Amino acid sequence: MSGRTRTGDASFPLIELRDVERVYGKAETEVKALAGVNLVIEEGEFVAVMGASGSGKSTCMNILGCLDVPTGGEYRFRGVDVRTLSRDQLALLRRHYLGFVFQGFNLLARTSALENVELPLVYRGISARERRARAMGALDRVGLLGREKHTPAELSGGQQQRVAIARAIVSDPKLVLADEPTGNLDSVKSVEIMELLTRLNRGHGITIVMVTHEPEMAAFASRRVHFRDGRVERDERSATSDSGAFQTLSVEQPIGTA
Amino acid sequence: MILWATFLMALREIRRNAMRSVLTTLGVVIGVAAVIAMVTLGEGATARVTGEISGLGRNMLIVVPGSARRSAAISNAAPFDRDDVRAIATEVPGVRAAAPSASRPILAVYGNKNWSTIVTGSDNAFFDVRSWTFLAGRRFEEAELLSGAPVCVIGATVRKELFGATDPIGAAIRVRNVACEVVGHLDSKGRSTFGDDQDDFVVMPLVTFQRRIAGNDDVAAVFVSADDTVSTEEVQDRLEILMRQRRRIGPADEDDFLVRDMKEITRVLETATGVLTTLLGAIAAVSLLVGGIGIMNVMLVSVTERTREIGVRLAIGAREREVLLQFLVEAVVLSTLGGLLGIGLGLAGSYGAARALSLPFVFLPQIIVIAFVFSAIVGIAFGFFPARKAARLNPIDALRYE
Ligand SMILES: Nc1ncnc2c1ncn2[C@@H]1O[C@H](COP(=O)(O)OP(=O)(O)OP(=O)(O)O)[C@@H](O)[C@H]1O
Ligand SMILES: [Mg+2]
Repeated sequence: MSGRTRTGDASFPLIELRDVERVYGKAETEVKALAGVNLVIEEGEFVAVMGASGSGKSTCMNILGCLDVPTGGEYRFRGVDVRTLSRDQLALLRRHYLGFVFQGFNLLARTSALENVELPLVYRGISARERRARAMGALDRVGLLGREKHTPAELSGGQQQRVAIARAIVSDPKLVLADEPTGNLDSVKSVEIMELLTRLNRGHGITIVMVTHEPEMAAFASRRVHFRDGRVERDERSATSDSGAFQTLSVEQPIGTA
Repeated sequence: MILWATFLMALREIRRNAMRSVLTTLGVVIGVAAVIAMVTLGEGATARVTGEISGLGRNMLIVVPGSARRSAAISNAAPFDRDDVRAIATEVPGVRAAAPSASRPILAVYGNKNWSTIVTGSDNAFFDVRSWTFLAGRRFEEAELLSGAPVCVIGATVRKELFGATDPIGAAIRVRNVACEVVGHLDSKGRSTFGDDQDDFVVMPLVTFQRRIAGNDDVAAVFVSADDTVSTEEVQDRLEILMRQRRRIGPADEDDFLVRDMKEITRVLETATGVLTTLLGAIAAVSLLVGGIGIMNVMLVSVTERTREIGVRLAIGAREREVLLQFLVEAVVLSTLGGLLGIGLGLAGSYGAARALSLPFVFLPQIIVIAFVFSAIVGIAFGFFPARKAARLNPIDALRYE
């Protein structure tokens, strides 16, 4: 079993959305959640996606995460048009390159935090011992050490969210997609999570795309993309952005693929 | 080793969802146990009927007065006599043996014990025609048969009730007002299909019975055993011709006697047990169906949660086949477990039931295999196909499923 899909050339941008549309429903009940999104994200960037509720942020994230397919337009991941990939190839792409933090956590019920975090590693064929060690490490990074035996029902909303983050980062993905990762956290915890994401971004060159409503959280990002009615309304980069440096650093140094 | 990890994961899921697992397994257990119990009992009943028919004596015909239209009891057809029996035994080709029979219910007494049973007057042909074997003692002697000596042979039940463990040979029992010596006792045949005890009788020479008990020379029935070389139909025809002559029945008149072929009775019994087996099979099929519906319900109830679970697995990079493997392992483990429990329960249950109903316990390996395979199919179908449907969704649709 080949562990790799065609991932394209690293000289291409990591993410390239061209006139991406996503239409839900049919005829009268039709909802155009995305109405032509154009967006290029380079490797190593830390992007905050902002916008009003219903503006299509989650829809866009699902498409970026290859959980959903656009009804129109083109999505290239490292130059590869994802429409040309089979379901299995998309699964392998998610397995090896992506980490997803869902808006609604989506943890497995009655399953301990540790086992939830281990799950992505199971499908990478990593031994039980190494899985445990890495999952504990990820739980440590989100500050949940000591809670690894608890099931989602025994954890607070914020703790569940941190388990979800640990699960997304445990496999050292190239790209972490986080849909409101601080939506259920108080400002102290939120800042901790932001610092964690910033560390992952700067220290490991992991590209991060994060949806948030809070400008304070968006300030951690090097770039802010504003959605409105299914389109990108505004795209602003921090003056202090230094992501370019990491971009070059990370190009030929895949993380978590050793 | 994703395969091994998947297997372990499936086992963990089974334990994690203990209630669901138990309910699913229960469906399989009930289905398999029911099928095995029903079919085993049906086969047991058939085996007993078959055994009994051969115990009745092969190629047996019974000649009785009366007509097919009117029953013997209300018809005024004359009984047979000893000459009729002799004629049947000697004049009809293909007759191996012919035993006269006349019976009365009586009370048999020995010492301070008594037992109500049936006494039959006959001769040694009785033991041949009905295939009785002696456990001890002897048949009647020619002189005893001719003179009407007070001797008798007893069935296993009478021996048990009157003598317990002691040896009955040579003892004198009182049958009505006849004190007769027990000269032999017979091996047991057990209960018949209809539940009556076949070993509950006393036989004495016909002459003794007619003089000392019945007070007439009547013979109520003749049991005929045909040679293996001729068909019973042929012998039946010959018997009818002979009896019509002997009873002087005109060509236009109806028979006032009946020749019954045991084969017909056998056929009737076989039809009856066939119906029984079919009925039990139908009940078993219904229980399998109920078991299957039970499994389906459990699966449908859990499908929402499981679809989300599948969505999560797909989202973090599981391929369809890896998700399916896990669900397949879960379904196989549960239905195998259920199947094994069901086999155990079914065998234990049918063994107990067979003993309670005094049926033979027939061990049928093929039905165990069939029930097991069927349950596995049911379990896998209901456990696996909903999962396959979910695994083919877009991950996001599986995640959003409600
Ligand atoms: N599965 C779906 N079927 C139909 N319409 C949908 C579906 N998912 C989203 N929509 C619609 O698409 C639009 C965009 O939804 P989306 O979830 O992307 O918004 P969002 O920006 O993430 O909002 P929020 O900030 O509240 O999470 C909304 O109008 C929503 O009603
Ligand atoms: Mg959203």
